[in-house]
Amino acid sequence: MQKSNVDIRSLQIGFGGLKVLENLDLHVGASEFLVLLGPSGCGKSTLLNAIAGLIDVRGGEIHVGGRDVTWAEPKDRGIAMVFQSYALYPRMSVRRNMSFGLTVAGTPRDEIERRVGEAAQMLRLTSLLDRRPSELSGGQRQRVAIGRALVRHAGVYLFDEPLSNLDAQLRAELRVEIKRLHARLGATMIYVTHDQIEALTLADRIAVMQGGVIQQLDTPKKIYREPVNRFVASFVGSPAMNFIPGQLARGSEVAFIAGVNRVSLNGYAFRSQPTDAPAVLGIRPEHIELTASNDPSAVSARVEMVEPMGADTLIWCRLADSTAFSFRHDADAQVRVGDTLNVRFPAEALSLFDETSGQRL
Amino acid sequence: MTAVAQPLPAARRPKRMTPARWGLYAFIFITALYFLLPLYVMVVTSLKPMAEIRQGNLLALPVAPSIDAWVKAWTSACTGLTCQGIKIGFLNSLRILVPSVVISILVGSLTGYALSLWRVRGANILFGTMMVVAFIPYQVFIYPLVRVFSFTGLGQSLSTIVIIHTIFGLPTMTLLFRNYFASLPVELFKAARVDGAGFYQIYALIMMPMAIPMIVVAVILQTTGIWNDFILGLVFAGRDNLPMTVQLNNIVNSTQGERAYNVDMAATLLTALLPLAVYFGSGRWFVRGIAAGAVKG
Repeated sequence: MQKSNVDIRSLQIGFGGLKVLENLDLHVGASEFLVLLGPSGCGKSTLLNAIAGLIDVRGGEIHVGGRDVTWAEPKDRGIAMVFQSYALYPRMSVRRNMSFGLTVAGTPRDEIERRVGEAAQMLRLTSLLDRRPSELSGGQRQRVAIGRALVRHAGVYLFDEPLSNLDAQLRAELRVEIKRLHARLGATMIYVTHDQIEALTLADRIAVMQGGVIQQLDTPKKIYREPVNRFVASFVGSPAMNFIPGQLARGSEVAFIAGVNRVSLNGYAFRSQPTDAPAVLGIRPEHIELTASNDPSAVSARVEMVEPMGADTLIWCRLADSTAFSFRHDADAQVRVGDTLNVRFPAEALSLFDETSGQRL
Repeated sequence: MTAVAQPLPAARRPKRMTPARWGLYAFIFITALYFLLPLYVMVVTSLKPMAEIRQGNLLALPVAPSIDAWVKAWTSACTGLTCQGIKIGFLNSLRILVPSVVISILVGSLTGYALSLWRVRGANILFGTMMVVAFIPYQVFIYPLVRVFSFTGLGQSLSTIVIIHTIFGLPTMTLLFRNYFASLPVELFKAARVDGAGFYQIYALIMMPMAIPMIVVAVILQTTGIWNDFILGLVFAGRDNLPMTVQLNNIVNSTQGERAYNVDMAATLLTALLPLAVYFGSGRWFVRGIAAGAVKG
């Protein structure tokens, strides 16, 4: 099976007067699993459809496997696609659904048989081959849709929110299955989703998109730990990152001042020389630590709500200046509403953003 | 003594037959009677010899039932100058019906499929307007169409009447199929494109097999419509291809001497037989299809 890279150069897409994508560049390496992540309307599905050749582009080029396919028919691009609504042909059996593309292309019958059998075995569909899509469950349907893509032996597999129509449990199961499939085939995959958990678990690299622009393109770890702006910081992570408005102050060491609280920034990797300017401090709930009241870096907060989540507990607090934040603690935490806690914001786990531009400092 | 609290009586199950229910059934019964009575009279009359009819007992069952009138209506009743019965008209109607139904559904579904892919703003208003236009009385078109067909040299012929039925069936057929295809997820079409199927392959291999309920509805609509047509057949079919409805009119309205009520009734029932069979045989599909079209339209 060949593994193609995908190269998108200054791509422009629009509908009427609306510009969806403008001068978008993206390179996806062979065998890479790239996730396009973003809220609805950010252009991620549009981008995927453009790669598939289902939407005409206004400008720019799309190369798949080193070949310019900007104006090629979908079938000639060396791609296969899985859709959110499964898009199975309802009047055909599972077998016919999977072999339809090969039949249309005039593939020899024994070759079709072999590929369908192989894909069916990989996706545990062998016993379902003679059923109609209406006789399958949602998860089975999506597996058939994935099987239909696999038999094409394409260089790139495109997934358009394939798990969005499934319930939570099936979604988790199929997510693992897709990841296993990628590990086994080593195929290039581009995967669109608005679910950040899917993105973090599946991706080699994530492209976080908003307003038709890739905000950050990086490994899941980098995206999670070092978001480049407030949008990425707030979109990725659940429970969401806390944001505390305040002021940067340079003294003997750089510190972040929020009302009466002072957070030392000794150890924070600044991207540029810090200035005394308004800023927003971002910290993930699991990075906030409980500390003793005599710790000089302690910040005191009042507990407002406790959410037990099984493995751990989410504790909602409020600072003296009424800024709210949440943090994760062990499930056996003896914390009650109304308690006053002393917490610490470790500098190496923080993200600081410019107040106006929202860019990481 | 402490009073033991009585459990509240559970809400009583509603009685099956309330007065309103009785009224409803009475209404349905009377309505059914109202519509069935003429049919009963026709069937009974067609089975009576003329001597019995002359006695004037319209509702009486035939004393000596015979199917002579049916045989005569089918084989030897006079439709104008020829006296070969209504079977000629039946065959003509079939020859008009089959190609008209097949062609109008093929063309209508293909245009409906093409239009379903054309998703512009205001499309629903546009197609709604098309539907309204489809209700313009045929009479308005007849004279211009006669001129057009005489100009093209087709004149009055079987082809002419088939073309006419196809044209007049197109708005309904197109909209019926467009609304159905437009209700399908676009991703189905996209998946087929990625699979490499072309415009016509997608139409024939994916869209039409899915549209079978719509095809059944279309067949019913077109069959009853075309079979019941009178004026278009009279004007465009030509003298050799006059449909059954026109022949029926000729039998009923061109009688010498005594009016053969039994033959008239038998001929009428024979003419109504096909649409009647279609309705009885496919009522379930018909309602389902129309309802689906209405909701999704």
